[in-house]
Amino acid sequence: MPELAQTDATIRKPKIDLKMYGPAIALVILCIIGFSLNTAFLSEGNITNLLTRSAFIGIIAVGATFVITAGGIDLSVGSMAAAIAGIMIILMNALVDILGTGVLTVAVGAGCAVLLGALAGLANGLLTTKGKIEAFIVTLGTMGIFRSLVTYFADGGTLSLNFDIRGTYRPVYYDSLIGVPIPVWVFIIVAISGWFLMNRTTFGRYCTAIGSNEHVAQYSAINVNKIKTWTYVIQGLCVALATVIYVPRLGSASSSTGVLWELEAIAAVIIGGTVLKGGYGRIGGTILGALILTTIGNILNFTDLISNYLNGTMQGLIIIIAVWLQRADWGKSKD
Amino acid sequence: MQFGKIIAAGLISALAFAGAATAQDTIKIGVSYPTPTHAWAAGMNWHAEQAEARLEALYPDVDLILINSPDPAAQASALEDLVSIHGIDALVVLPFESEPLTDPVLNVKDSGALITVVDRGLSQPGIEDIYVAGNNPELGRISAQYMMTRLETGDNIVILRGIPTIIDNERFDAFMAEIEGSGINVLDHKHANWNRDDGFEVMQDFLSRFPDIDAVWAQDDDIAIGVVAALEQADRAGDGMFVVGGAGMKETIRGIMDGNELVPVDVLYPPSMIATAMDVTVAAFKSNGPVAGRYILGATLITQENAESFYFPDSPF
Repeated sequence: MPELAQTDATIRKPKIDLKMYGPAIALVILCIIGFSLNTAFLSEGNITNLLTRSAFIGIIAVGATFVITAGGIDLSVGSMAAAIAGIMIILMNALVDILGTGVLTVAVGAGCAVLLGALAGLANGLLTTKGKIEAFIVTLGTMGIFRSLVTYFADGGTLSLNFDIRGTYRPVYYDSLIGVPIPVWVFIIVAISGWFLMNRTTFGRYCTAIGSNEHVAQYSAINVNKIKTWTYVIQGLCVALATVIYVPRLGSASSSTGVLWELEAIAAVIIGGTVLKGGYGRIGGTILGALILTTIGNILNFTDLISNYLNGTMQGLIIIIAVWLQRADWGKSKD
Repeated sequence: MQFGKIIAAGLISALAFAGAATAQDTIKIGVSYPTPTHAWAAGMNWHAEQAEARLEALYPDVDLILINSPDPAAQASALEDLVSIHGIDALVVLPFESEPLTDPVLNVKDSGALITVVDRGLSQPGIEDIYVAGNNPELGRISAQYMMTRLETGDNIVILRGIPTIIDNERFDAFMAEIEGSGINVLDHKHANWNRDDGFEVMQDFLSRFPDIDAVWAQDDDIAIGVVAALEQADRAGDGMFVVGGAGMKETIRGIMDGNELVPVDVLYPPSMIATAMDVTVAAFKSNGPVAGRYILGATLITQENAESFYFPDSPF
């Protein structure tokens, strides 16, 4: 199977290359547009903001790449992030009296977030595989559940982190290591691990195989249910990591936290070249997709040429063009 | 229809002799509003519950029935239930949306109930007997007037707007009309959708784009929280920079009481307006004075001097 994939790749190399560079070209074009509108676009401060901001959607989208490659979908990620953020804040506020306002409280909070993310992912995975319910419906259901949970915990309002812990936790979002903000480091580590898992392990190949044809994968003695469940657990872990770096930013969670993150994550994955119906996944592309999405929003804030009411139109157009760049049959005209 | 009108007319004249009606049995008042899904609405829910407890303790013969609904269709059904199951004498309603709820409210009116509409008007005039609302244009004007007391000709401000809606337009247009001719430059205005995350990101971008900003009109307390975080991150919170939000969030008011220089004032758009509406509606049955009419609440400028009277530490907002 891997051999076959390789020969296939060598034969169609020119076409694949264009597909590979599609998202990168789109990002470069966007950056040129941004720079021509205002030179401050490429200032160190703005680039740092852009990368840090991309980290949330980017990390979640790495997880989504696995789910989508294996033929699934997860609509619950935005609500899951909000619910995890809410529970994490409640827990840390409660721990202040017992553990104080030090690193330990934050560590327990973060550990709990990771555990919750894994469990939420496991629930999505098991309901999809063992429960034999379509992923779309399972995660549509959990999306509603997680969203209403955070509304309930916050009594409809906003959950706020205790001000004393904020001082301890704040650096996780705002501080830098060797000039690179910590969220960006987390993003880089998640991206590299994701790339390795997808491209250099049997797990990654199984995901692709299942996404291409679940029945064939089943007959090839792949434990389809197990692999698929794992993709949702990975997704849950990614959501948890994103939440751990999101909470210190504003120290609060409400029902408006993480709204539409699921669609942004899915858009990032697809812009990056992964196929929505599964069977082909690209982590590198996903990263670029997340950067493209954040850059669009950033550029729209940098100009008043376009009416505010048309922001959605611009975002929609750029997403469609970015995907069209790599999907349109460029190879054919050469034949 | 004719029959309904006669009943309605009868009940309205009965209301004129409200004292006589109360002698018979309890006055049932339905209170319908959207399920709280954001902080402002949660505050409204809290104030409605407070008003219910207070009014029922004050008048043993008044029964207030609070119902919240997750969407316009559910609210329409809730209104039907209030009439058919509870047989309400009066309705206090904060419509989810104007259009889809105009007919359902009209049906309640045809049952003879007194109608009080809160905050969002219905799309047909003359249905409500009592109208209670905050004042969006006033919020914009008061914010602008405060800005003008602090800024001079040539100073630069940026504006973060809410979700593109009529509410946002009313506030924004009134603000722009007020500062016109003052010489204050509005560098740009972007929608931050009344939420903290968008407030943070839009403000980050404004800070990268404009090296000289003297003040920020954030229009809303949630947006203001994001703006403040972005200002602090960029180290631009000093030098007399200030942010004006709006609504009356308890944390913001707490800050004003404590003399926060970055967010020194707030402009009121109170979630407690539902309580005002409930008071006025009960007064329609209890007061010896006329109450029908339009009540437009002031967009009070909250400063350190008066902040205490707007501070509700137990409210979720």
